Amino acid sequence: MVNTGRELADICSKRKIKIWEYVVEEEMKSEDRSREEVFKTMTKNFHVMKDSAEYGLTHKVKSISGLIGGDAYRLNQYYEKGKTLIGKYMVKAMARALSCSEVNAAMGKVVAAPTAGSCGIIPGAIITAGEILGKKDEDMVKALFTASGIGIIIAKNASMSGAEGGCQAECGSAAAMAAAGIVEIMEGTPTQALDAAAIVIKNIMGLVCDPVAGLVEIPCAKRNVSGTVSALTTADMVMAGVCSKIPFDDTVLAMYKVGRQMPCELKETALGGVAVTDTGLKLKEKVLGSSI
Amino acid sequence: MREYSAFDILGPIMIGPSSSHTAGAARLAKIAEIIAGRDILEVEFLLHGSFAKTYKGHGTDKALVAGILGMDPWDKNLRNSMEMAKERGISVKFTEKDLGNVHSNTVKFIITKKNGEVSEIMGSSIGGGNVVINEVDKDKIEFTGAYPTILINHLDMPGMVARVSEVLYEHGINIAFMKVYRKSIKGSRAVMVLEVDDFIIKDIVKEIGDIPNIYKVRAINPISEEE
Repeated sequence: MVNTGRELADICSKRKIKIWEYVVEEEMKSEDRSREEVFKTMTKNFHVMKDSAEYGLTHKVKSISGLIGGDAYRLNQYYEKGKTLIGKYMVKAMARALSCSEVNAAMGKVVAAPTAGSCGIIPGAIITAGEILGKKDEDMVKALFTASGIGIIIAKNASMSGAEGGCQAECGSAAAMAAAGIVEIMEGTPTQALDAAAIVIKNIMGLVCDPVAGLVEIPCAKRNVSGTVSALTTADMVMAGVCSKIPFDDTVLAMYKVGRQMPCELKETALGGVAVTDTGLKLKEKVLGSSI
Repeated sequence: MREYSAFDILGPIMIGPSSSHTAGAARLAKIAEIIAGRDILEVEFLLHGSFAKTYKGHGTDKALVAGILGMDPWDKNLRNSMEMAKERGISVKFTEKDLGNVHSNTVKFIITKKNGEVSEIMGSSIGGGNVVINEVDKDKIEFTGAYPTILINHLDMPGMVARVSEVLYEHGINIAFMKVYRKSIKGSRAVMVLEVDDFIIKDIVKEIGDIPNIYKVRAINPISEEE
């Protein structure tokens, strides 16, 4: 696997292939597996993603701590009524993202994408994009490979852990990966996919990781919603012909540096941001005082 | 630069809520349990950085105990691990401790077995459920557990690497990564870490263990995705 987005775009354009095709080939080579096996594993991930994205739409999920839950259900009810400001599909995507986050906080089964804290963004964005475009499951699985390829390059050059890089490293990476995946199923070029990832990273740069009571609940679940929205709107922006003035590789390095510059209070330690607001601290006391 | 599989990024399939604090913690503990061996009596978990500050909220404690019990990160019983440890007579203790200049999500396991043997293993959860083991019994080493790994304690003398690699060659096993660490001067105690491409069977461990001047051999086969 190449180390940079630049190299990835060069290889794909030289060989006239998509990012997902390159990622599948590399996976086959490095892990010594057949194309069928590689697709089978990703398809399994896709099914777990789908289950976690749908469950909360029809069930009022409650997190173990009791801090969050039921919001995916609320959004889905709102979607069913059909009167929305931003359009039905966007609301559905948001509901799906929340569903994954709620299932995760309830100690249910999810796919880390790339982490559990950010597990709602890729399913929310890619499943909904696939639905809007009338794509088959197989196409969405391909988008997951594209997303993975972008994620590999971010992991190589920066970080995907909130403890190391803040929320930008988790939800930011997830949204960038999702946007690139969607651009590829919309028949965008590898360069456009990378541009989409770059734009998302720029928009989420500096986002801190400040979980209330140290739990992956507040503000994490709603940040999954905002990452999903960012991925979908950015895909549209890029497909309209908008480019990123700052190339993908530069944005990844910038995100890495910003993460290094962040004090540890803002990196998953629950010592800064909304975690230490009056209400955040009260909620912490309430939760950690119980049997958690 | 480290290489990643597409499934290191999208995956693992896991029980929430945190890939680094739950899945990664379970994975680290499972590796520690394999290194320490069976019949564990008690475990003290020294928790550093973010692990120390947030372990209760993330269920890191439950995940660590689940790993010690041999559970996988996707095991639905993960949340019941404390009760299960009690049933099996394994006592656990959590201590917040500054472990020095290490990754923010780092834990040191002090594992005491029924026969009195004590093992110390330190590792970090580096994100997305991926882990790195960085110390075993005070030896600073490094491996990720993503590959079948062989840990060898031996005497630092010519021919040791050749003899070990000969055994692997006879079994048709390819070495992906390899490192040799010497404790102090030439001729002292040393450690070899081999990350290989195929599952390590018991015969291989025995054959390597039979080589003169090899003190201890431990095999850690990877914790793979749910089938």
